[in-house]
Amino acid sequence: MNKEFLNKRYKKEKRFILIGRVAVSLTIIFLVILLGSILLRGISGFYTTNIFLTTNLSQEIIDPENKKNVEEIYKSSWRKIARNSIYDVLSAFNKSKNIDKISRKDKRDFLKLFSRSSEFYIRDFTLENLDSIGKEVKISIPSSSLVDQFLKGKINIAVNEDDRPINDKQISWINFMVENKMIERKFNINFFYKGDSRNAEEAGILGAIVGSFFVILVAIIVAFPVGVMSAIYLEEFAPKNKITNIIEVNINNLAAVPSIVFGLLGLAIFLNFFGLPRSSPLAGGLVLALMTLPTIIISSRVAIKSVPPSIREAAMGIGASKMQSVFHHVIPLAVPGILTGTIIGMARALGETAPLLMMGMVAFIVDVPQSITDPSTVLPAQIFLWSDQPERGFEEKTAAATIILLVFLLTMNALAVFLRYKYERKW
Amino acid sequence: MFSLPIYFIIFIGFFSYLFGKNRSKKKILFKKNSGGQADHYGYYCLIWVTVPSTIFFLCWQIASNYIIEISTLESIPLEFIPEEDSLKKLLLENIIVVAEGGSSLAKVPKISVDNYKELKFFSMVGGYSCTIILSIILCLVSFRKIDPSLMAKNVIERFILSVLFISSVIAILTTIGIIMSLIFETTKFFNNVSFFDYFFGLQWSPQTALREGQVASEGAFGAIPVFAGTFLITIIAMFLAGPIGLFSAIYLAEYASPLTRKIIKPTIEVLAGVPTVVYGFFAALVVGPFIRRTCEDLGFSASSESALAAGLVMGIMIIPFISSLSDDVISAVPQNLREASYGVGATKSETIKKVIIPAALPGIVASFMLAISRAIGETMIVVMAAGLSARLTANPLESVTTVTVQIVTLLVGDHEFDSTKTMAAFALGITLFSMTLLLNIIALRVVKKYREKYE
Repeated sequence: MNKEFLNKRYKKEKRFILIGRVAVSLTIIFLVILLGSILLRGISGFYTTNIFLTTNLSQEIIDPENKKNVEEIYKSSWRKIARNSIYDVLSAFNKSKNIDKISRKDKRDFLKLFSRSSEFYIRDFTLENLDSIGKEVKISIPSSSLVDQFLKGKINIAVNEDDRPINDKQISWINFMVENKMIERKFNINFFYKGDSRNAEEAGILGAIVGSFFVILVAIIVAFPVGVMSAIYLEEFAPKNKITNIIEVNINNLAAVPSIVFGLLGLAIFLNFFGLPRSSPLAGGLVLALMTLPTIIISSRVAIKSVPPSIREAAMGIGASKMQSVFHHVIPLAVPGILTGTIIGMARALGETAPLLMMGMVAFIVDVPQSITDPSTVLPAQIFLWSDQPERGFEEKTAAATIILLVFLLTMNALAVFLRYKYERKW
Repeated sequence: MFSLPIYFIIFIGFFSYLFGKNRSKKKILFKKNSGGQADHYGYYCLIWVTVPSTIFFLCWQIASNYIIEISTLESIPLEFIPEEDSLKKLLLENIIVVAEGGSSLAKVPKISVDNYKELKFFSMVGGYSCTIILSIILCLVSFRKIDPSLMAKNVIERFILSVLFISSVIAILTTIGIIMSLIFETTKFFNNVSFFDYFFGLQWSPQTALREGQVASEGAFGAIPVFAGTFLITIIAMFLAGPIGLFSAIYLAEYASPLTRKIIKPTIEVLAGVPTVVYGFFAALVVGPFIRRTCEDLGFSASSESALAAGLVMGIMIIPFISSLSDDVISAVPQNLREASYGVGATKSETIKKVIIPAALPGIVASFMLAISRAIGETMIVVMAAGLSARLTANPLESVTTVTVQIVTLLVGDHEFDSTKTMAAFALGITLFSMTLLLNIIALRVVKKYREKYE
């Protein structure tokens, strides 16, 4: 009887441990699924499909008088050249299949296999190689995102022809091009060198990365000095009175205010009251600075507090004033901790989207911003924008951009951990 | 990048530092009596010169811009003046663009353009010369002040102290800014919509208030469905995160070996570092479609923007908040309580259930409250994975909307600021702000009291 009771209790103990194990493993499984599903979807986004197009750079169309005037060449009818060479491929296909006539619809469908800006690639190639005018050259131009997605196996072709974005004819064309070795798979350079675009094959994240850089720059310039100075004041100089108490409570609560409320603040104060330019990294950075301020203050205070009082007393003992003891001795010892806190705060700011949504930084912006007052977008906002795009090719772009964002965050956090381990002192 | 006087101020500041330092060396015997070293006198002059003149210059710029705008508006001939205020602003912007050498599609009166140019020129010349003269005068004054009786070091330290104080006040100003801007817009909102309708209305459809003179142009601003949606998603999230977070915390604090703890704890905290937009993408792309497919296979109908998808992903997001805070409070329970329990023959799980959890309960409750406040204020997951239409439902497979989603949809892309629609967003904002603030204040209090108990 007694033994039975004991066994029951031991079983309960085992069950309890099992529940704990399950909880921990579930958490880790969630993490793995989250990161894994994004990695799986995103890796293919770093690759793209190009088509080798044999182009006749006809002298008559480009430079009839052979003046080699770059401006005139720039303006010539590139669209015609691009179309001609694309239709040549279609004719070659028809020849091989013994089809005589080309219908209008076929032409239109065939054009859909190529990037909408093919003509610009041909133009840029020609401007770099002026000698090739009048010759037939092989130029590698991006395919449309349709071909790219099809070759990556992301389009389900088992369904009815009407229900999928690609029809049977287009598939046979693509297979023809694959057989003739016209298709090349390469690293997607456009993704890192271009701004946003409506065409999935053209869209890149450079604009968003530069925008994020400017936003973080503004945030750090504002939040770092203000945060560190108020931490110094509160930790070293503030008298123990009501005002100090209010400031402290206030900072703790500010750290927990939802980020979207900071967006409302920015909208009402920075945009409407001070009239800062909408969508600019300046306004966005200021909002993020206010948002990260509590994080920086709290971690800087911890860092300053961890410097032992003996340091201060020693400095004052040899005649330094309070100010001198703080600025010459305490702060230098607290710098690693302060920097760690700042980097963690900035990493949070880098991944923040909601307040920037309010500041108009979620917008379709093609140009890469040049200054902190230009309209721009940021990396997480770009992810948000692309995730909304119905076109299939954007899905892997979104995941690829997410990978880039996570890599940035990981680097920043690793830097913070490194700083902490390298310079942390135990007193 | 900066305008001329700023460079001048930097230059004269540097110059006054050097001369102040030299002059103090000549006038003061540093060994005998002094209010500092030669350097301090240099910095004294530097502060005296740069700070007032920079402030003066900035004030001049702001004030002159304001005055110029007003006088330009007044100079617009009668036939150009549009009726609406927003159009007036646009006209003013066009005038400024034209005056600065750009071209504008709209017709702008030439008189005001000339007027603007003229005033701008005067303000520039006046501002520049006044700033430069002021800084020179300040430079001379500060030189004259250098004297053995001047305690330069103390003056500098007082100055630095006040700068430190001002920066710590910025946090308070931020809070005041938040509260003021929210209250200001919200009172305007309650002028149009009654208090009672907002808090007890069952219909939320702000879109109808777009056009004036429309039938039912007031729109419907009953916030109950919106809050119901928020709570539904929060409850789903807490159902997932609560048990998992708490049991992870118990396992890590009581059972796990130090090595396991060292590896698992940071791994769980990675979840807290993932940006919310990534969770949103995950919810909209992976979890939402998965739930819909599973439900279709089982024979229910589910929306692809179901509350369940958003709630579950949000739950994953808040696991680390619960687990790390609960872990802290469980570890803070004094060892002698555990040992007393083992001493009377309890097993480890019995000790945890009967002794440690009751002792740590206030802290655990606080961690739950913080997690709830996090979930209520979370934006990106619900914007990407939850719906837009406010439906009053308790079915987690239907799509619901939340406070944050409504704030975002009401404000994004809306340029006209004074409509009831945008003000409604601020009313929702202040409700959200007060709810999270209340939860936080209570939670922080509980944690603080609890810590004191065992210290």
